[in-house]
Amino acid sequence: MIRSDAPVLLEIRDLQARVEDKAILKGVNLTVRAGEIHAVMGRNGSGKSTLSKVLAGHPAYTVTGGSVTYRGDNLLELDPEQRARIGVFLGFQYPVEIPGVSNLEFLRVATNARRGEKGEEELDTFAFEDLVRERLKVVQMDPAFLERSVNEGFSGGEKKRNEILQMALLEPVVAILDETDSGLDIDALRIVAGGVNQLAGPDNATLLITHYQRLLDAITPDYVHVMAAGRILRTGGKELALELEQRGYDWVDEELAALEAAGDRTPVEVG
Amino acid sequence: MTASLSAPGSSVMGRSAWLEPWLATLPAPSGPLEAVQVRGRRALREQPVPSSRQEDWRFTDLSLLQQLQQAPGAGDAAAAASAAALPPPAPGAFRLVLDGRSDPLDGVTLPEGLQALNPLEIGQGLGHTLAATGCEQHWPVELNHAAAGTLLALRVTARHSVRLELVSAAGAGLLPLRLLLVLEEKAALEVNQLLLAPGPGSISLVLEAHLARSARLHHGLVALGHPEAALLGHLALEQEPESSANLTAVSAGWGLARLEPRVLQVDGQAVTTLRGLQVVDGRQIADTHSHVRFNGPEGQLDQLHKVVAAGQGRSVFNGAVRVPREAQRTNAAQLSRSLLLSDRARIDTKPELEIVADDVKCAHGATVSSLQTDELFYLQSRGIGADQAAQLLQRAFCEEVLRELPAVARAWCPLEALQRQDGLA
Repeated sequence: MIRSDAPVLLEIRDLQARVEDKAILKGVNLTVRAGEIHAVMGRNGSGKSTLSKVLAGHPAYTVTGGSVTYRGDNLLELDPEQRARIGVFLGFQYPVEIPGVSNLEFLRVATNARRGEKGEEELDTFAFEDLVRERLKVVQMDPAFLERSVNEGFSGGEKKRNEILQMALLEPVVAILDETDSGLDIDALRIVAGGVNQLAGPDNATLLITHYQRLLDAITPDYVHVMAAGRILRTGGKELALELEQRGYDWVDEELAALEAAGDRTPVEVG
Repeated sequence: MTASLSAPGSSVMGRSAWLEPWLATLPAPSGPLEAVQVRGRRALREQPVPSSRQEDWRFTDLSLLQQLQQAPGAGDAAAAASAAALPPPAPGAFRLVLDGRSDPLDGVTLPEGLQALNPLEIGQGLGHTLAATGCEQHWPVELNHAAAGTLLALRVTARHSVRLELVSAAGAGLLPLRLLLVLEEKAALEVNQLLLAPGPGSISLVLEAHLARSARLHHGLVALGHPEAALLGHLALEQEPESSANLTAVSAGWGLARLEPRVLQVDGQAVTTLRGLQVVDGRQIADTHSHVRFNGPEGQLDQLHKVVAAGQGRSVFNGAVRVPREAQRTNAAQLSRSLLLSDRARIDTKPELEIVADDVKCAHGATVSSLQTDELFYLQSRGIGADQAAQLLQRAFCEEVLRELPAVARAWCPLEALQRQDGLA
């Protein structure tokens, strides 16, 4: 839902980042307001996942230029856990398996870390179990998964549901979902997308990173951005995703070459 | 692999200066272990104390034992205080306190299915499994022979199932513990053994167990020590076909802990599970030398050894598996996983597989790693602080072994006890 007077939650300006010696992000600009759903699309290697990891504070990535402001504060100077506590959530493309750490205990510790930041009381074991059982409904997840180790032995769909369950518990302000649709069959996609739609509201925002239109059939974005070579090349409405689905990415390469020849780094507004 | 030392009668040049004065403080040989004491004292006088010049002791420094010279006796007021600090008995388990001085069965009524061995049976059984598993002349075993004045010798009768809890606390000096367990056909025994050394002191443990056909043994050892305390343990098993044994040993906090599980499947067709977790910090040393031999076909081994090494701690693992020609269709798997938490800690891990049979499955693997960046980041990205994330991951690493302890060991809260030791965050 686009409202021009809605507060800006995330402001990314000329963001540049590298991993080891390789520059990946080369000047990303993006403004996200409350209530909006943004989709970021692009080929493999265009920098989509890097953008999500840099925003969450992954230590393997070094920011070499630009700024990220979250509700007026410099996000880049915060540790990953601080970013999470103030409401930045990254849904992982490949959720990590952690044998031996109980999923329930992990969810409780994470939820209480977020609640503490919001000035809310920590939940004891019993109160948390009540909460988690209620939020399980968002992703139609079997409570048996709570008793297992974090993501251990989960199928691809179960891992993604577990990500959305975490999102439901942490109630983030800005949720960045990195290829949440990858590895999902039709039913799992519907459930995961349903969860995201339930959690989207006028006071938060969602950044969907995806390759495919099929996710955007289930979650309607307000904006679609096309990334190429480490920056956002085009921005448009949901029809831009349909255009990508029909035309592929070859035209993106052509535009990129033309823009680079002209020395232009401004994203093109369409639609 | 063998941890045996030079043959009896070799030069005494390597003997440590503390040993003779310590031997002189021991009471004259007497009681049911008199012959064993005589044998052990003679062996210690003839054998050199193991030193780093011997391959099996290359990384393991026994100098902590020098303190025995100052405090030779087993048990004292400190040990009594430690015993008082023991957790209450686990529900459903029969507890015996082993203090190295008094007869642990004195005035005790044993539960159904558990019987004390008579002197004739003790004479026949004592040392049998040590010899069968090739460790009767090992120096730590002879040390136990020399000092042990009491013996716990029990039989679990056929088709009975018994849960036993053995607790010991060391004071200054050496606490020698000697156990002989006989499991008759289809008998089942679950033993939780807790060894504590809250201050300087040493524990010597020698356990022999014979499992008849279809018997089941689950032995959990939780050994929590002190930076100036030493633990030397031999756990020797003989398994008849269709028996199963699980030895799970957890040690932390010892200046020196050396454990040697030794298993002989006398005619194959048995199942052996070995689990080990050793935690070192400061300048502590933890050393596990395991030895499993299959003297018949279709035996199974599942071994997992884990290490958490912090500070300048040192961990040694040597896992020997012997599969001779007659042990066809053996299925053995050994995995060593070490978590290195400091640049100055050291881990030496070595599988030692000797396979002559040609139709066997023998897998082995070893990993040494620090905490995984991706796992840490995943936890941090959910608001969990770096320190707490590291703690969760370390606990998870240990849990894989701790959950293999017998169920009643949970009453001891072994994870919490481990966390009170220095090695874990």
